[in-house]
Amino acid sequence: MSDESVLDLEGVTKVYGEQPPVPALRGVSFSVRRGELVAIVGPSGSGKSTLLHVMGTLERPSSGVVRIGGVDVARLSDRELSLLRAREIGFVFQQFFLAEHATVRENIADGLLYAGVPVAERHRRADEALERVGLSERANFKPTKLSGGERQRVAIARALVGRPAIVLADEPTGNLDSTTGASIMELIRELNAAGATIVMITHEAGLADRLPRQIRMLDGEVVSDTGRDRGIHVARMDGAGAKGAVP
Amino acid sequence: MSARGGRLRLADQLRVASVGLRARPLRAALSAVGIAIGTAAIVGVLGLSSSSQAGLIAEINRLGTNMLTVEAGQSLTGGPAKLPSEALARITHLGNVQLVAHTALMKQETIYRNSMIPKGNTGGLQVRATSLNLLSVLSTGVARGDWLNEGTAGEPVAVLGSVAAQRLGIDRMYPDQRIWLGGQWFNVAGILQPSPLAPDIDNSALIGYPAAQKYLGYVSMVRGEERAGPPSSIYVRAATGHEAAVQSLLARTANPEAPYEVAVSQPSDVLTARAAAAGAFDSLFLGLGVVALIVGAVGVANIMIISVLERRSEIGLRRALGATKGQIRTQFLAESILLAVIGGVVGVLAGAAATAVYASSKSWAVVIPVEAWSGGIASSILIGAFAGLMPAIRASRMPPTVALRTV
Repeated sequence: MSDESVLDLEGVTKVYGEQPPVPALRGVSFSVRRGELVAIVGPSGSGKSTLLHVMGTLERPSSGVVRIGGVDVARLSDRELSLLRAREIGFVFQQFFLAEHATVRENIADGLLYAGVPVAERHRRADEALERVGLSERANFKPTKLSGGERQRVAIARALVGRPAIVLADEPTGNLDSTTGASIMELIRELNAAGATIVMITHEAGLADRLPRQIRMLDGEVVSDTGRDRGIHVARMDGAGAKGAVP
Repeated sequence: MSARGGRLRLADQLRVASVGLRARPLRAALSAVGIAIGTAAIVGVLGLSSSSQAGLIAEINRLGTNMLTVEAGQSLTGGPAKLPSEALARITHLGNVQLVAHTALMKQETIYRNSMIPKGNTGGLQVRATSLNLLSVLSTGVARGDWLNEGTAGEPVAVLGSVAAQRLGIDRMYPDQRIWLGGQWFNVAGILQPSPLAPDIDNSALIGYPAAQKYLGYVSMVRGEERAGPPSSIYVRAATGHEAAVQSLLARTANPEAPYEVAVSQPSDVLTARAAAAGAFDSLFLGLGVVALIVGAVGVANIMIISVLERRSEIGLRRALGATKGQIRTQFLAESILLAVIGGVVGVLAGAAATAVYASSKSWAVVIPVEAWSGGIASSILIGAFAGLMPAIRASRMPPTVALRTV
């Protein structure tokens, strides 16, 4: 793990609507360094999905600063943000979002579609990514022929195929049974060990506890961050956060 | 971050644009049907009218446009005029006249299938004496049996025009086939093919001049001698390129004393006019085609709107994978155009096939005008763009987070 931070949030707020305004994030600050594996955990409504969207530049914050690889995303146009997502950010979703009519290889190669990579190179790298998630023999299958766990592996391979600076996973085990979910968690730990920076959102405290760093959220605020010991700034600590903190 | 990289290659764009069609081929096919029908109707109408025009032009070229007809017109008092007996000889000596044939209409003679037919049932058929070179001048031929020759021209033998044969109920030749012509039996030697340059021949029975003289008493006195005739119609083949010059001289040559009593015409003019009329489009069918195209456009727009709603998660995913708003817009616009163009191409092929089948059944040349098929494809591109624009803009404006917040 290096000290180079790939993701920085400083006092990020997000308010939806005008009358009345609904705050989803209230001043979130933390940094993720290269090679980290971070769990963002909190009950539903705690703002963690909004946080994932803001981190993934799918949504702009109402205030505060988001930096990816040191670049302030507020200064980027839609076009530049899209290219940033294409090259630097990988997404894994709870619902997998695989194209059913395309093969596994094509689905994974689509992770590079908007990064300007030629088709032959996309397929070559898709095969590499398939190998990393242990599904090489399924390259020509359609996703409909795969189990839920295999589908999520394909989705993870799609997120990894561009070797992004950071992978954002939104409840990656949410649609899976516990055994399959455990194997996906195992895969995520392996990929992290191989160098991938991964931020995973989950509402299951049990899952989060087994990851190296947990950021706990409640009502749009970070209530605890086990990474703070390494000098990472946390915006506000209050009583509720202290109670939820893991020693 | 380089400026390029965000741009999709054409092959990728096509692949992305066809995602919806490949995922739901039946729906794509059904929504393209309206455009296919509209394009097929338009291409078919234009193709058929062009092919029938081509057929007529081929017919005109076969028949030649250098035939002129000289007929007795009306006298100054309004009564029927006659061609002078010398008209024929004078026209023959005119410069640039290559061939001259003639017929003489015997107005008082009638034809019946047999002697028992009531007198009034003439069937509108005529009896004409004819020169033996008539067929070569009219560029027509014998459908069945034989044409007259030197021998049969002096005997009670007739050759029937195509319409005359039909009205007399004679559709094949056999020995002793007879008709009741001018109060006596005439043998039928043959039946002619239709003669578009001289439609009067079609409903005539043709006999030789000697027979007309001998059996029907059709004679005129020329310098104190009895001669068969005079002819009432003279058919002239002028040298190609000199038709107008010959035409201007014919009336004066035929009847120098009263050129205004002579009617000169160029029968191919009628065919040319028909060819021009065949090129005029059948506006009813064109209108139906346009209506089908509009309905097709609405169908495509409808499918695209549904598609954008259904594929919100795909839109969100693509945005997360790095697609720009412009790329999402292009994807759905291209999909709509692709859908419409598939309909357009199918329609052009169907219209062309219909034209080919119909034209070959009429032995016309198959002509699909360039503007028909290119216009069909171009209009389907326009329709696709028009129908897909609004859904594509909607898709591109959908915030990725909303698009991902499904189910």
